[in-house]
Amino acid sequence: MTGNSVSKINGKGVYVKGNDIDTDRIIPARFLKCVTFDELGPALFYDVRFDAKGQSLNHPLDAAEHAGAEILISDANFGCGSSREHAPQAIQKFGLKAVIADSFAEIFHGNCTTLGIPCVVMANQDRTKLAELIAADPDAELIIDIEALQVICANNIFTITMKTSAREALLSANYDPLDTLMRTLDKVDQTAQRLGYA
Amino acid sequence: MGKNLYQKVWNDHVVGQLDSGQYQLFIALHLIHEVTSPQAFGMLKDKGLSVRYPSRTFATVDHIIPTDNQSRPLQDDMAEKMIQVLSDATEEAGIEFFPPQSGSQGIVHVVGPELGLTQPGMTICCGDSHTSTHGAFGCIALGIGTSQVRDVLASQTLAMDPLKVRRIRVEGKLGVGVTAKDVTLHIIRTLGVNGGVGYAYEYAGSTIAAMSMEERMTVCNMSIEGGARCGYINPDATTFEFLRGKERVPAGAEFDKSVAKWQSYASDADATFDDEIVLNAADIEPTVTWGITPGQAISINESTPDPDQVEGLEKNLVNDALEYMQLQANTPIKGTHIDVAFIGSCTNGRLSDFQAVANLIAGHQVAAGVKAIAVPGSEKVDKAARELGLDKIFEAAGFEWRLPGCSMCLAMNPDKLVGDEVCASSSNRNFIGRQGSSTGRTILMSPMMVAAAAIKGQVADAREVFGLVPAVAG
Repeated sequence: MTGNSVSKINGKGVYVKGNDIDTDRIIPARFLKCVTFDELGPALFYDVRFDAKGQSLNHPLDAAEHAGAEILISDANFGCGSSREHAPQAIQKFGLKAVIADSFAEIFHGNCTTLGIPCVVMANQDRTKLAELIAADPDAELIIDIEALQVICANNIFTITMKTSAREALLSANYDPLDTLMRTLDKVDQTAQRLGYA
Repeated sequence: MGKNLYQKVWNDHVVGQLDSGQYQLFIALHLIHEVTSPQAFGMLKDKGLSVRYPSRTFATVDHIIPTDNQSRPLQDDMAEKMIQVLSDATEEAGIEFFPPQSGSQGIVHVVGPELGLTQPGMTICCGDSHTSTHGAFGCIALGIGTSQVRDVLASQTLAMDPLKVRRIRVEGKLGVGVTAKDVTLHIIRTLGVNGGVGYAYEYAGSTIAAMSMEERMTVCNMSIEGGARCGYINPDATTFEFLRGKERVPAGAEFDKSVAKWQSYASDADATFDDEIVLNAADIEPTVTWGITPGQAISINESTPDPDQVEGLEKNLVNDALEYMQLQANTPIKGTHIDVAFIGSCTNGRLSDFQAVANLIAGHQVAAGVKAIAVPGSEKVDKAARELGLDKIFEAAGFEWRLPGCSMCLAMNPDKLVGDEVCASSSNRNFIGRQGSSTGRTILMSPMMVAAAAIKGQVADAREVFGLVPAVAG
C-alpha cells in the first residue's frame, strides 16, 4: 500500500482549451531550477497566466468562478514534450486532482499515475458538452468514478476510458510502484547476473 | 516466429510480471543529470534507501551549466546548488560523475554514446525525454520521470507496460542538402506529434542503413516529438565500428564476442510489427517548423498553412500558431527574418554536425544583427572540433564558439531568447516559451540550414546559399 485507493474524484471543473499543451507550457523551464517540488504550485502555466510584469492574462485557472476547481479538462495529446515530473507535480500542488482529456502523452501519463492523479479519456463531443455545462454553471460538481468509468455532471453521465494498468494501480492504491519493485530484489539480482551486470 | 529488436531486448530484461499487470524491467544503463535527479535522491533519503547498483548509473551536468563561463561557483545560486547536490549524492552512492572540466562532461545523450556506455541490446533510462537518442544503437532507450529515477536508483528496475512497435522504413537516397534532421522532422510531420503514442519506432530501410551513428542519433532523438517514447535502429557493422575502441567497450577477443551478442538483438528477417509505413527519401526536402509544435513543419519551399483548409480545433491551432509566430497564412516560410542562430543540442551537437557546417561556411559571414552560437555537445566534441580547427572556422564566420551544455535548447541556463526574437535552431522543440522568453519564437531545422539562415539573416535554402548541387552521376 502506498496511499489510499483512488476511486472517486469530486470537484469543480476548469477547461484549459487546446491540443498539444506541452510540459514547457505547464511548467516553464526556469521553475525547474529547484531541488524539491515544494514551490511549484504557483508556477503552474505561469507564462500563459501572467505577463512579463506579473499582470494577469485572465487565464481560466485565475477566473474567479473557477477558484477552487479540482478537475482540469483539456484536449488532445495533453502533457506532450519534456518528461519533467515537475509538470504533474505543479498540477497537483496547485490543487488539481485529476485531468480529463482526449488523449495524453505517454511519459506525462505515467508521471501522473505515480502521483495518484487519474488521467481520464473522454470523447471530443462529450468534453465539448462538459465544457458547456461548466460554462453555464462553474460551481457544478463533477464526479469522476474510476470504478464505473463514468463522469457525472449536472445529471449528465459521460462514459470515460482509462489506461487499464493506470486504473488498476489507482483503485488498488498501488499507484506508486516503488514498494512493489523493492519486493523482488533477489530476482533483480538474478537478472543482473544473467545479463552480466553483477 | 521471428522477433523484432524491441521484443528481444524486452524479454531479456524482464524480471517478472507485477500484480498490476505491468512488468518489472531491469535497466542496464541509467544516466542522470542535475535537473531530474536531486528530488529522486531526496526521495531515497526520506525512505532510508540506498542506490542498489551504483555501477550502472552515470551522471553529468548539462541543462543548467552556462556555456560562456563555467567557473565555480556558478553565478546562479540555484544552478550551483543543483550541481552540488548531484556531486554530493553521486559521491555518497559511489556513482561515477562527469563534472565540468573532467574531460567527459557534456549533454547526457552525447556523453553516453561517445564513451561507449550505450551499447546494443540494452535498456537505457534517463530523466529526460530525449533518452530515445540511444535507440540509435539498437536499445530500448526511454525518458522517465523523477519518481522513476528514484525507482531505478533504488531497485535498478521500472514498472512498465510493453509498447507496440511500428516499423518506419525510409527508402532511397537523400537529396543533396537533405539531412538526418530533415528525415526526422519529415516523419513527425507525416505521422503527427501524437502518432507514436503507445509505440516504439523501429527506423529501417536503405536511407537509415546508409546513415552514420551520429545521423542515426539525430533521427532517434526526436522520436518523442512524434509521441513515441522510444525509437531504435537495428545494430549493424556501422554500429560495431563506431563502438570499436570506445573507452567503455571491451577490446580484443571480448569485443568480437560482444559484436556477436549485439548482432543477435537485431530484428529477425521474419519479425512482425504492429504497424508499418514506408517513406521515400526522394520526398524529403530541407524541412523547417513554422508553428509551435515540432509537427507543424513544412519544406523550405512551401508556404505556411491556410486555416480555412482545416476544421475545428485544428483550425484554432493553426490560427494560434500563426499569431504567436507572427506569420501570415499562405506565405512562403523562406525569407522569415531571424535574430538568433543556434547550432547544438542533443539532436545536432556532435562532431559531424559541426564538421558538416564548417565545410560550408568558410568565406561566409553571419549577417549583421544576428547572434550566432555554436555549442559543442560535450568536452570531447569540443576537443575534437578544436583539433580540427572547426572552432576557428565558426569564429571567422561570426559564430561564438561556446563551452558544452544544453544551452539555448531549453532556457535553464543563461542562453535565452529576449522578447519576441526568432531563433533558427538545430534543437528539438519549438513550443511557446521553450527557448526562455514567453514571446520568443523558435524555428527548428538542420545545422546547415541554421548556418544558411545565420548568413542570410532569414530562413533560407541552404542548397542555394552554399551552392549545393547534386553530384554528377558517374
